Amino acid sequence: MDAQTIIARRVAQELRPGNLVNLGIGIPTLVANYVPKGLNVFFQSENGLIGTGPIPEQGMAHPFLTDAGGRPISALPGAATFDSAMSFGLIRGGHVDITVLGGLQVDAGGRLANWMIPGKLVPGMGGAMDLVSGAKRVIVAMQHAAKGKSKIVARCNLPLTSARVIDLVVTEMAVIAFPDGKATLLETAPGLKIAEVLAVTEAELDIPDKVPEMKF
Amino acid sequence: MKAVSAEEAVAMIPNGASIMVGGFMGVGSPERLLDELVRQKKSGLALISNDAAVPGKGVGKLFEGAQVSRMIGTHIGLNPKAQQQMLGKQISVDLIPQGTFVERIRAGGCGLGGVLTPTGVGTLVEDGKQKIEVDGKAYLLETALRADFALVHAFLADYAGNLSYALTARNFNPVMAMAANTVIVTAEHIVPVGVIAPDHVVTPGPLVDYIVANG
Repeated sequence: MDAQTIIARRVAQELRPGNLVNLGIGIPTLVANYVPKGLNVFFQSENGLIGTGPIPEQGMAHPFLTDAGGRPISALPGAATFDSAMSFGLIRGGHVDITVLGGLQVDAGGRLANWMIPGKLVPGMGGAMDLVSGAKRVIVAMQHAAKGKSKIVARCNLPLTSARVIDLVVTEMAVIAFPDGKATLLETAPGLKIAEVLAVTEAELDIPDKVPEMKF
Repeated sequence: MKAVSAEEAVAMIPNGASIMVGGFMGVGSPERLLDELVRQKKSGLALISNDAAVPGKGVGKLFEGAQVSRMIGTHIGLNPKAQQQMLGKQISVDLIPQGTFVERIRAGGCGLGGVLTPTGVGTLVEDGKQKIEVDGKAYLLETALRADFALVHAFLADYAGNLSYALTARNFNPVMAMAANTVIVTAEHIVPVGVIAPDHVVTPGPLVDYIVANG
């Protein structure tokens, strides 16, 4: 399994029946491919849709039915559309159960930076700040390191997305949670030792007595 | 409500005007009005739009001839022209969270001075803003946003100016139709009064000043 598949499959295990879920661009989008069979979840697209479905077959796309990246999608039976004020009312108002976002850095206190690199990349925050502020659970799905540098840092030096402590980070190496705002190693990837995870993790992690491997 | 051509509609917009333009990554944008803004070479525009779309689509067209001098939006990362013009300081860009963006416009259209939102507390977004505590929770005061013109795209418009929208092309359009001094609408289909059932009207006709004739 490649890194992205491990991350997406492990995040998919966090979904519960009836959840309203928002998936960000990139690895988070892949989570939809691994929803357990028979599990009824609703995906929201912040451009105004609950009930997003798979990419339509060739020739069946509609120019007015797109995801937040402007790409054609489909809508499942029971879908609903609405304007952006309603969409962000759902997000900020705590009606979205889980938001899954990509990350640039997550720090030891569970804070996320994912929207800009000053002087280099200034695309704008889009909906990320509202999602992290308002969703019931915030899950960050990202690679553990970039160019050999840990993305799980002691303290974010990139601008924060929110002051809110996130709930879970899933990487291709580990699952980390933040009980009482303290980074805690919950699981390691299959075949990976705790020491191997710590070797590429800048943040200090609490290590419980039992740290099981991810199960697929 | 008055029917006009795209040419007549855009001729009403002076250089330097503030324009709100509906659409999300160019989906649900009034393309014919944007094409006409390009053709009439309107300049110095203050653009209020969620994103800068992509080159050649939606408001993305306005960046090719550098017609925008100021933008308020939430994301411009997928339009390299807009990025270049921002980094080169040819345009000033105010990037704000999307939920805050739409609520500021909603406030502008609903007679509110602003809204209190938790989004942005403890981040760069709170710089220069008033922080207000309500029941022990911190909020930012985000002020209302209005424009000279709203350029809106609907799916159906009837002869009375009632509008309905399609799927994800709705996005910011109905909110912007409340928040500008002059509201100009393009529609996929212009239909007789009654075709849009009263329960299905999203933007009531009295909000619309001009409909751009089709054909």
